[in-house]
Amino acid sequence: MSSLIFRPKHNTLARLTLVVLAAGGGGTVAGLFLWVRTPYARNMQAPIEQPLQFDHRHHTRDEGIDCRYCHNSVEKSAFAGIPPTQLCMNCHSQVWNKSAILDPVRKSFIEDKPMVWNRVYKVPEFVYFNHSIHVNKGVGCVTCHGRVDTMAAVEKVSTLTMSWCLDCHRSPEMNLRPVEEVTNMTWEPQGDPVEVARVLAEKNNVHTRTSCTTCHR
Amino acid sequence: MASTSTAAAPKSTDPLEPALLIEGAQTDASLNASLFDHVWTAPGKGWWGLFGIALMGLAMLGIGLTYTLYKGIGAWGNNIPVGWAYDIINFVWWIGIGHAGTLISAILLLLQQKWRTSINRFAEAMTLFAVMCALLFPLFHTGRPWFAAYWLLPYPSVNGIWPQFKSPLVWDVFAVSTYFTISLLFWFLGLIPDLASLRDSSKSPTKRMIYGIFAMGWRGSGRHWAEYKWSYLLLAGLSTPLVLSVHTIVSFDFATSVLPGWHTTIFPPYFVAGAVFSGFAMVLSWMVPARHFLGLKHVVTMKHLENMNKVILATGMMVSYGYVMEHFIAWYSGNPYEFAVFFKVRQRGPFAPIYWLMVFCNVVVPQIFWSKKARTNILIMWIAALLVNVGMWCERFVIIVTSLHRDFLPSKWELYAPTWVDWSIYIGTIGLFSTLFLLFLKFVPAVAATEVKELRHEMAHHAHGATAAGEAHG
Repeated sequence: MSSLIFRPKHNTLARLTLVVLAAGGGGTVAGLFLWVRTPYARNMQAPIEQPLQFDHRHHTRDEGIDCRYCHNSVEKSAFAGIPPTQLCMNCHSQVWNKSAILDPVRKSFIEDKPMVWNRVYKVPEFVYFNHSIHVNKGVGCVTCHGRVDTMAAVEKVSTLTMSWCLDCHRSPEMNLRPVEEVTNMTWEPQGDPVEVARVLAEKNNVHTRTSCTTCHR
Repeated sequence: MASTSTAAAPKSTDPLEPALLIEGAQTDASLNASLFDHVWTAPGKGWWGLFGIALMGLAMLGIGLTYTLYKGIGAWGNNIPVGWAYDIINFVWWIGIGHAGTLISAILLLLQQKWRTSINRFAEAMTLFAVMCALLFPLFHTGRPWFAAYWLLPYPSVNGIWPQFKSPLVWDVFAVSTYFTISLLFWFLGLIPDLASLRDSSKSPTKRMIYGIFAMGWRGSGRHWAEYKWSYLLLAGLSTPLVLSVHTIVSFDFATSVLPGWHTTIFPPYFVAGAVFSGFAMVLSWMVPARHFLGLKHVVTMKHLENMNKVILATGMMVSYGYVMEHFIAWYSGNPYEFAVFFKVRQRGPFAPIYWLMVFCNVVVPQIFWSKKARTNILIMWIAALLVNVGMWCERFVIIVTSLHRDFLPSKWELYAPTWVDWSIYIGTIGLFSTLFLLFLKFVPAVAATEVKELRHEMAHHAHGATAAGEAHG
């Protein structure tokens, strides 16, 4: 009844193998759960390279240009709108019209070919997202896009996971502000935030929206 | 094949087991020799021939699934309103087949039925392979199995949602995965002493190593046996509710909906009976040739086969009762839709031949087992078992397709026809099952040698006790 292949030390080896397999399996699964939640996996905290060094800090904070001057379809359509080169040239035909940094803009204008910007916020194609309804219900730009007025290059600040969408869709009140303040980067509720939220939700007619077909149409 | 001595067979003296469960004058050594023979002998032409056919079936599975992934679910015959078709028919069919193994290993063990001993390993292996085949269908039915493999499970996802716990389809995931896990553990635990025997009797060091690893250091000490027996009993206890729960939950997939023909309270018991019915038929379909070709006739005796035929007769009667009740309630309820499904659509509709084939195979054929001659005739029982397999497949077809294709709204009515992809996948799973089964027969003993040896000792002891009545022995 004895096999000469196995020695007592193999018992330890066998137990160790079982521990490693269990820990490895559990560790892999737990690791994946954690990894998918890291900013790296979500493409966050990394400024996106653009064809032109466009600085939001300068345009919004220094010059005080409203978000909607350039992203002018945000209140009317699903897409917030990327400005055509002609819009840039409204100012830049007069100011910084010799600056080398703006060469690509002038090239685009003369050749009548749009600038190709790189997308920062992208939801999958099976998700229906509409900017106008969010803005018209009083969700501020800063709520999802962060302090764009302090970014040298725009980076993604939201996870864009479905649970992130649902957090707000399940209880939207605390992310509301008066509609006229949506582009304000520094708006704070005056008084009791919960009461302000309640009043705003009632005034803007905001409700939870968690049906599958709200976003997956 | 091993020579088995049938000369000088002593008559059993156990009044509860009048027929013989082990034939011939067997010793531990002769049982070892005959039960391990098919593992140690190189596979012959017959095995290779069957294996070749099984691999062809497996190739059909590969083709069917690859084409499905390439083309999408549209490659199947499913349509609206028949949104569930071959995928669920075959799923339920395979899951049902697995139930014989669980019943034999768990319930018959707890009831101390001695005749389970020679057939349990065989039937448990069939459970595992049948569940594997079954699992393919819901997975591919989702269209994107690489997501479904984990989306079906409740895990902390970044989606912020959980599976719909109110849906029986989610209960199915738990029922079937528990079923598979417990069956695998049970089967493996039962194998350990035999694996150790194989380790100790193998000639090549490589085989000793491989069997040794799987034997997990089994030395057959008293402590090993004590703990082994306890774990085996505990697993049997865990498996027992599974015999009833798994197919009950599968039946909920249908019964909790409001479709005429599905929405009945008799579904759970009737599905469980049907599952055991089809499972025993499948075990018999394989056992009859296997005991012949593997030289196992001395341990899988006519007594075993007859008992299995009795189970088939009993569960067949339960299934028939289910059919009768379904029809009775459809008439008695006065619901015109129920009545239409049972008495018009199924009996006289476009799929009526399948309905009548089901009635013939599941209701008429098992009645033959009232006769002891039929119960002990190899050819008759084998043909009957195959017909029951066919009948149970037809039953699932009738339940699923006929109910769906004639919905409440006549404007929705549509016929159903499977495509070559449906057939390819279905035949392919039979190929997968056969491949796994043939490999099983090649690498581990088909009969639990340890248990047969134990039974032999028990029966010898019993015989001894009967002849020397009154004599005290411990």
